[in-house]
Amino acid sequence: MTAVTPARITAPSAWRAWACAMLLLAASLFALRPAQAQLRVDISGVGATQYPIAIADFGGDGQGQAIGEIIRADLTRSGQFRLVNATGANLTVESNVAYDDWRNRGADYLAYGSVTQSGGQYNVSYRLVDSVRKTQLDGVAFAGNEKELRRISHQIADRIYEKITGVRGVFSTRIAYVLQTGNNYELQIADADGQNPQVMLRSKQSIISPAWSPDGKRLAYVSFESGKPVVYMQTLATGQRVPIANFKGNNSAPAWAPNGQQLAIVLSRDSISQIYTINADGSGLRRVMRSPLIDTEPQYTPDGGSLIFTSDRGGSPHIYRVPVSGGDAQRITFNGSYNISPAISPDGNNLVYVTRRNGAFRIAIQNMGSGSEQLLTAGPDDESPSFAPNGMQILYSSVQGGRSVLAVTSVDGRVRQTLSALNGKVREPTWGPFTN
Amino acid sequence: MSSRIARTLTIATFAASLAACSSVPLDQSATGAGGGTGSASSGQIMDPFNPQSPLAQQRSVYFDFDSYTVPDQYRNLVEMHSSYLTGHTQQKIRIEGNADARGGSEYNLALGQRRSDAVARMMTLLGVNSSQIEAISFGKEKPKALGNTEADYAENRRADIVYQQ
Repeated sequence: MTAVTPARITAPSAWRAWACAMLLLAASLFALRPAQAQLRVDISGVGATQYPIAIADFGGDGQGQAIGEIIRADLTRSGQFRLVNATGANLTVESNVAYDDWRNRGADYLAYGSVTQSGGQYNVSYRLVDSVRKTQLDGVAFAGNEKELRRISHQIADRIYEKITGVRGVFSTRIAYVLQTGNNYELQIADADGQNPQVMLRSKQSIISPAWSPDGKRLAYVSFESGKPVVYMQTLATGQRVPIANFKGNNSAPAWAPNGQQLAIVLSRDSISQIYTINADGSGLRRVMRSPLIDTEPQYTPDGGSLIFTSDRGGSPHIYRVPVSGGDAQRITFNGSYNISPAISPDGNNLVYVTRRNGAFRIAIQNMGSGSEQLLTAGPDDESPSFAPNGMQILYSSVQGGRSVLAVTSVDGRVRQTLSALNGKVREPTWGPFTN
Repeated sequence: MSSRIARTLTIATFAASLAACSSVPLDQSATGAGGGTGSASSGQIMDPFNPQSPLAQQRSVYFDFDSYTVPDQYRNLVEMHSSYLTGHTQQKIRIEGNADARGGSEYNLALGQRRSDAVARMMTLLGVNSSQIEAISFGKEKPKALGNTEADYAENRRADIVYQQ
């Protein structure tokens, strides 16, 4: 797929009738419907600020309806948009927009577009306009095959999100997680909305701790396939996988350095779990520090200079920070008596972690500067938090109504969504990086 | 040289303690939940691959809640295996630590490792060569008890001694 940026789309007038006819003709054909919908999305809560926007079904081809639906679903999930009904708008990218009409309907923004197909190749063009200022905010054309239409739709949603909020969108990013069904484990990668899942690895033994490389091209993870925990690295495009840490004892908790050249890992080769760094090719093992008790779950800070990690050196598990070069570790969580699984926001300003409060495992966020803490979820079994690459949302695993689910909360805790697995136990989710 | 002497010494001490524990009263094994009768007393088959052998039957060490030291009632069990291993220096074992299902995967992996490491360290103090032992952990990934009761959790706070073929 190629993104033809930012293409100027000239707007003649009356393709509307043709587009409408095509829409009717092809309405039953659209293949973008989430046929493989293994995950179902439920949303609750409302964001602090909601931008009113109308997203018309794209004209010109039956696929246009599915594209509109995907964009609407993306923006709704963010909690930052209020969708104004655009049913029957019958707009194509060439349409003249009646700004005042849309403004009177309550839509400060309107997105619309066209999709055309020839020889299996689709061209998708879209515009975003501000109906208050009566200006165009964006206009882009994309090309791709049918399978790429979903991704193109997410990319359009990303552009709309960024043009209006000023923050980069994450709808075209991906997530990794482990789906456990009985004794079958699958390392899966899905779109950020939980759709389009692909199996990266199938195993009869447990898989934990998937970690995305900064370029999104590789995953490191822990597999128990050899009878003990070993850290593997897998290239997504080829499926090729190699063990990168297979020392005596346990090998676990891989985390990539921001430069993609090193990983922090946890080994028990010298007795209990301790933090090491290693080059991505498996060379250059180096112990970061010596701790009398458990050190685990290292995460690099965005500047690559420090590691955030879990340790029970103080008697109960808390989050600490240490320079990658070693030295004195500094404790950074003080509330409660069980704080684990740290993840740091892309700007380095916030820390999320799992905290146990009154027996419930909940997701908490702490400001790295002020130290103030907010409990984002109620538990009772919330685990594995990770930030979206734009820092606006947090993905985690949860148990709701006795079922294991993937869940997402906004960083202010106001908007929560559930990506429900139809069966199995969803574990160890982690949000991938920006890749385009 | 000095370490060799030390090892000879520990083996000697160990042999003494074995002699002492061959008279372990029967009621200890009742409280010991499978621990206890760790002596190489006459008539016992000392072969870890023979299902009738105490080496095959008694190979789990259970830990108290939030504890990572080998409880006293399992000392005889660990001594029994250590005795066999010091006499069979080519034999390798894996000690597999486990944790209950509550909490994070990685932290539980580390907790299970503390349990297997505690058993491994006791064995090396008893004279077993550390190259014969690999202490690993399954964390909460391979629970023996699948329920959510206190009894289930206790069953999973465990380290198993597994002889490698």
